[in-house]
Amino acid sequence: VAQTFEEISASDFFYRNRDIAGFTNPSRAIFAAIRELVENSLDAAESLRVPPDIYVRLSFEGEASKETQIYKLRVEDNGIGVPPRHIPSAFGQVLFGSKYKLKQQRGTFGLGGKMAILYGQITTHQPACIISSTGTTKIYMYKLMIDIQRNRPIIMDRKIFLNKEQWRGTIVEFSLEGDYLRAMTKILDYFKQTAMVNPYANLTFVDPKGRLYKFTRVTTEMPEPPRETLPHPYGVDVELLQRLIQVTPHNNMLEFLKKHFHRVGEITAQKFLEFAGISPSKNPKKLSHEEIVRLMHMLKRFREFLPPDASCLSPLGEELLKAGIMKELKPEFVAVHQRKPATYAGHPFIVEVGIAYGGEVPKKEGFVIYRFANRIPLLYDEASDVSVKVINSMNWRRYKVTPDMPIAIVVHICSTKVPYKTVGKEFIADRPEVRREIANGLREVARQIQHFLTRKEHVDRERKKLGFFSKYLPKIAQFSTQLAGKEKTPNVEKLLRSLRRFGAEEA
Amino acid sequence: LEQKKHKTSIVEKRNEVLTSLRNFGLKIYEQLDSGYFPSITMPSRSTENIYYDPQLRQFILGNKEVRRSARNIRHLKPFTQLVWAAAFSHELTSQRKTSTLRDVYYSAQAYEMTFKDQQESNNIVTDLETVLGLSREDFNIFPEERSAVFGDLTIEYTVPGYEGRRLNLTSHPDGVLIGPALTSAEFVETTADKVIAIEKGGLFTRFIEENVHKKFNAILVLTAGQAPRATRHFIRRLNKELNLPVFIFTDGDPWGMHIAMVIISGSANAAHLRELNTPDAKWSGVWATDIVRYKLPTDPLDEVDKKRLLELQRDPRYKDPLWQREIKTFMKIGRKAEQEAFSRYGLTYIVDEYLPAKLEETK
Repeated sequence: VAQTFEEISASDFFYRNRDIAGFTNPSRAIFAAIRELVENSLDAAESLRVPPDIYVRLSFEGEASKETQIYKLRVEDNGIGVPPRHIPSAFGQVLFGSKYKLKQQRGTFGLGGKMAILYGQITTHQPACIISSTGTTKIYMYKLMIDIQRNRPIIMDRKIFLNKEQWRGTIVEFSLEGDYLRAMTKILDYFKQTAMVNPYANLTFVDPKGRLYKFTRVTTEMPEPPRETLPHPYGVDVELLQRLIQVTPHNNMLEFLKKHFHRVGEITAQKFLEFAGISPSKNPKKLSHEEIVRLMHMLKRFREFLPPDASCLSPLGEELLKAGIMKELKPEFVAVHQRKPATYAGHPFIVEVGIAYGGEVPKKEGFVIYRFANRIPLLYDEASDVSVKVINSMNWRRYKVTPDMPIAIVVHICSTKVPYKTVGKEFIADRPEVRREIANGLREVARQIQHFLTRKEHVDRERKKLGFFSKYLPKIAQFSTQLAGKEKTPNVEKLLRSLRRFGAEEA
Repeated sequence: LEQKKHKTSIVEKRNEVLTSLRNFGLKIYEQLDSGYFPSITMPSRSTENIYYDPQLRQFILGNKEVRRSARNIRHLKPFTQLVWAAAFSHELTSQRKTSTLRDVYYSAQAYEMTFKDQQESNNIVTDLETVLGLSREDFNIFPEERSAVFGDLTIEYTVPGYEGRRLNLTSHPDGVLIGPALTSAEFVETTADKVIAIEKGGLFTRFIEENVHKKFNAILVLTAGQAPRATRHFIRRLNKELNLPVFIFTDGDPWGMHIAMVIISGSANAAHLRELNTPDAKWSGVWATDIVRYKLPTDPLDEVDKKRLLELQRDPRYKDPLWQREIKTFMKIGRKAEQEAFSRYGLTYIVDEYLPAKLEETK
């Protein structure tokens, strides 16, 4: 019996495994498509340090089946734009380009909107339309399809317009099958929460019924963009080592270590090579597979590497987090806290937390929890998330917080490698380093809300007290006047005023 | 009988009550009018401040006082309720209307003075009693009535619409309810030479049917269990104003004993009040020793009965040898008997044999 082995392309692979990228079912797919494109747009604007203006429109095209419909999705941004020669590959070829450097980034798979476009093509057989300009005198428009077997873009049409108004940005428009009605709640949650951690962005969404949802920026301040950084020795795997060896111009181990790894200098490199029993002059390209595996183990075992620094991270910062929470929840009180950078397995991360009370915090049993990773909301599998575990294990009564209070808790973790638990990338794994940072952060904001609640309790008590006196003193005056057979009722206003000034003391 | 003296006493009493209430109101009015948070002091009714006075032969309150101030947030509501209750009582008394504790509870709502429950409003009425040193019947708040009186006593009503009208208390074979009207009535004349108080309605009716009031020249009072305060006060008046000795017949158990004792020596709950008890009244039966002597059909004492006996044994009101002897006998025989137990010897045995013997014994 002859067996046939066939090689499949990256597009084909993702087509066959679209569940991994979140395109599990029609409602999930429409949510994932919007999300991928919005996050691309946010990154595109932020890389220019321009406050993002993003317009999303989902319009009804026709019925596809009993439960699903065809929609047209259009996403416009004011981002950096795509140079014309890259447009076909950037939108029509999966896994185009590769990265040897690390920085915090939003896109869940580095697939950006390509998976969304691929999904649209699979379900509707329509080309995608990409319009982009980098702010030059020209605007480029491409109509593309993806050749799934060969993982190549097919250019159906191409037009060039004059850019009279010096527009800069990208517009992506394509059709896809989906179930908006079932996805609606998640999509609206997604926009609201995205607005919360991107308070400097304008987000506009027009849904298939023509309803307009507008999230307006409250600031033009933006967080420091992340810097690209080299991989830290504790965080490498064999795959990465092999790729580095392939591209390195250096032909000895000492230089190789110094040039391709984060926080490795001359002395550290020498000490490590001695520790690992590798000659500093050995050519990395001559390492055998076994030697590479051994190198990885030794890198992880060496105790003297400095921890990674956090310059590659771009946390939101306390001011912006606060502004975002204020903007979306309008709470009576908010406290935020940013932890110092920490690391797990060679990956730096920063935890930011916030707590909000009252205002427009949704009322429900227990706390409302908003989880974010690298400034994108996590909307699924809340119960499995480490933040939820930490929140549930805390003794909130100690901080005067009770489950019936209108309280929202925000946890944001940013990292070059967010420790997701599963391929679905919807919740954070319970790693001790991460758990500790979240717990310490929450304790800090809990202390602050405790102060607030204590003060609030005091003010409420005083107000209630005064209300009590205002209710009963006039009655005492009335009844005693009647009883004493007097004409004029004594004026109790002065007594009530004295309470206001000094607060009611217990007699 | 010195009718005039009694008549004056009822009117005087009402004037005294009205003056007390007005003075209480005036005190509060003046404090408020001078710009102070009003406050009052009254004897404490806490258990540490309740003493047994062997001379008065009743419980009294000691010297401890409590201060209630409108400045104190915890006192404010009860204080207001107290002033309201005083104003309400003043209205009742001056218009010669009566009301019940339940009425008080509901009437308060008309003034946005809602009480949490009946207990709260009862407490306020008790506070008012303590402040004024008067019992609530004096300011026309009565409990629900169940007790009755029967016998040759002529009374004269003082309640509006009946002023001057007379009634002989043998007029109705079921007896006459001891309610507000009777409580405030004057005693005019009587041929009786004793009072017999009876715990149970069945026996009270039997006594009337068997002409006990004639045979023994007695006024019969039904206490219907623990005697209401109006009834206790009524018995006291029969004793003090008409000089009639009082004999009490109850069931032969610790609870019956205590019904008699409260008529004689009062209760701790009413330690702030005077003139509710009749120290010279006698408990005539059914004694524990009667159970033995008359070989009465019995029930065993249960745990609650035994516990109650131990409490009574330590109670200062029970220090008299007769009471101690009866408590011990109950404990020894471990049995109890109801008044109806005498029916074993025929329906009239209790009237023909037992009653005369006991009246003689406890004279």
